[in-house]
Amino acid sequence: MAVAPGWWRRAWDHDLAWSFRHSPVTIVAALLTLACFGAAIFAPWLAPHDPFDLASLNLGDAFAPPAWSAGGQARFPLGTDDQGRDVLSTIMHGARISLGVGLAAVAFSALLGVSLGLLSGYVGGRLDAFIMRVADIQLSFPAILIALLVDGVARVALPRETHDSIAIPVLIFSIGISGWVQYARTVRGSTLVEKNREYVQAARVIGRSRFAIMLHHVLPNVMGPVLVIGTIHVGTAIITEATLSFLGVGLPPTQPSLGTLIRVGNDFLFSGEWWITVFPGLALIVLVLSVNLLGDWLRDALNPKLR
Amino acid sequence: MDRDNLPLLRVLEVSRDFDVSRPWLNRLLEGTQRQLLRAVDGVSLAVNRGETLALVGESGCGKSTVARLIVGLHAASQGRIEFDGIDLAAPGAQALRRRMQMIFQDPYASLNPRWRVRDIVAEPIRVLKLAASEHEVAARVAELLRQVGLVAEDGEKYPHEFSGGQRQRISIARALSGNPEFLVCDEPTSALDVSVQAQILNLMTDLQRGLGLTYLFISHNLAVVSHIADRVGVMYLGRLVELANAEDLFVQPLHPYTRMLLDAIPDLEMSGKARTPVAGEVPNPLDPPAGCAFHPRCPHANARCRRERPQVIVQGDAVVACHAVEERRL
Repeated sequence: MAVAPGWWRRAWDHDLAWSFRHSPVTIVAALLTLACFGAAIFAPWLAPHDPFDLASLNLGDAFAPPAWSAGGQARFPLGTDDQGRDVLSTIMHGARISLGVGLAAVAFSALLGVSLGLLSGYVGGRLDAFIMRVADIQLSFPAILIALLVDGVARVALPRETHDSIAIPVLIFSIGISGWVQYARTVRGSTLVEKNREYVQAARVIGRSRFAIMLHHVLPNVMGPVLVIGTIHVGTAIITEATLSFLGVGLPPTQPSLGTLIRVGNDFLFSGEWWITVFPGLALIVLVLSVNLLGDWLRDALNPKLR
Repeated sequence: MDRDNLPLLRVLEVSRDFDVSRPWLNRLLEGTQRQLLRAVDGVSLAVNRGETLALVGESGCGKSTVARLIVGLHAASQGRIEFDGIDLAAPGAQALRRRMQMIFQDPYASLNPRWRVRDIVAEPIRVLKLAASEHEVAARVAELLRQVGLVAEDGEKYPHEFSGGQRQRISIARALSGNPEFLVCDEPTSALDVSVQAQILNLMTDLQRGLGLTYLFISHNLAVVSHIADRVGVMYLGRLVELANAEDLFVQPLHPYTRMLLDAIPDLEMSGKARTPVAGEVPNPLDPPAGCAFHPRCPHANARCRRERPQVIVQGDAVVACHAVEERRL
């Protein structure tokens, strides 16, 4: 369909756009999120150095302080780490991995949670009872514990030499599996409401299958809250990944995420090289905070009771 | 007998129970039994080709459940439903269901808010594969929208852009798009303004005449029913108490409950005249009274009414379930 003239005008006048324009905090958060995403996605082209190119690394550059302090070099704005890698470049590459793992884990969680919630709510009966009891049991454990458990099991089950190469999929799976319950519960609740509405009955009278009704009729009407949960979950997933990496069960130093960088830098904190751990930490805070602020705004803007 | 003279739809001694018991664990701990609610209790009726049969009654009398049993949204606990002479529960009878469609009460809930009107109306055409190409689907949708008094361009819009009456027109277009012979209308006008009600009713009568449709029309509004129905069935607490031609029923009601309902219709010309008010409450359907379900509210009830459930008797063109009518006390 051709875009109707004035679509920009209509988008500008939309409730969401209005609420966005009238919330300075959200605008700042959106700009910061954009900056983080941009820096992460375009890291290979934007970063001043390539921290993974062993040929360009020089141990002589190791432990250079940030550019503005005594002994700092303009080549390394935020200083270098123990191997002479530029901290700014490692942060940009690390954020790329953190974001990638976070987004993929959220997508996996949402896919699993929405499917199970939809099935649970629409089919009901024993299947519903089973899925919801599993969800209850999982909720009684902290998400980080589930992720640790899954990660630990995967490490034992898989051969040692594959650990580094499959670290990212394992991490995505373990973070994703620890977060599906929220989606499933929300979607199940909305599905229970929607399935008794007359448009679903109309589709049943037409003779559509359960699967078609779930997919085409119920799903589009229960996706609103999922968007909000998903946005807020991105921040949580990034934090979980950083925690796992900090504990040493996440990504290896050869593929450092922000959490790995903080862990590695942590060893030098007491010997005075504070910049190696503080700047990745700050980057993590800015990234998660801005994503969370965006998510909070979206939740409030889409909640008719708060208007 | 010629097949065309057979009723299109026959409902034979159909009952439907709903399980309203507490959850299993509560029953175990509190020592209570399973509880069944009989929403429809041994209802028999027949709808002839081309006619409009209306079912009336107070809220909770089971009239909507009858509608849902017929279109297959609920399964009957007992009895059977025949469409065109074939049992709808028989294997392979699913194809018969394509020949019936339903119009719902709430035009705000019966259209999927995320779908464009053209997709809503086209859904039966696509599911039942009634058109060879998407081009044909679009042409048919445009024709249907014009048929119900909308314009073809309305297909591009979403349901929230329409008023209640227009939405009900969209509902009717969707119901018609599967080329049904039989339409079950569950209170199609009760959510609408009085002026819009009349428009929708006129549209429905025009469509019936033009397409030779048969209607089962569920309503609690006797004024609407007198406007549209050929025959009227009156339900009380899950039972059919009277079924008669519309003219006869409104002029000379037989069952005491029907009389009470008709007395309750406000009439401007009758202002000041003494009327029998509707007395008493509908009994709890979980614990229906013994004998005739209406006896606690009936001014003509005697010992037999309290003891023995009245059977349906034929009285001229009408059928009625009442001891007083049978004993000619009334």
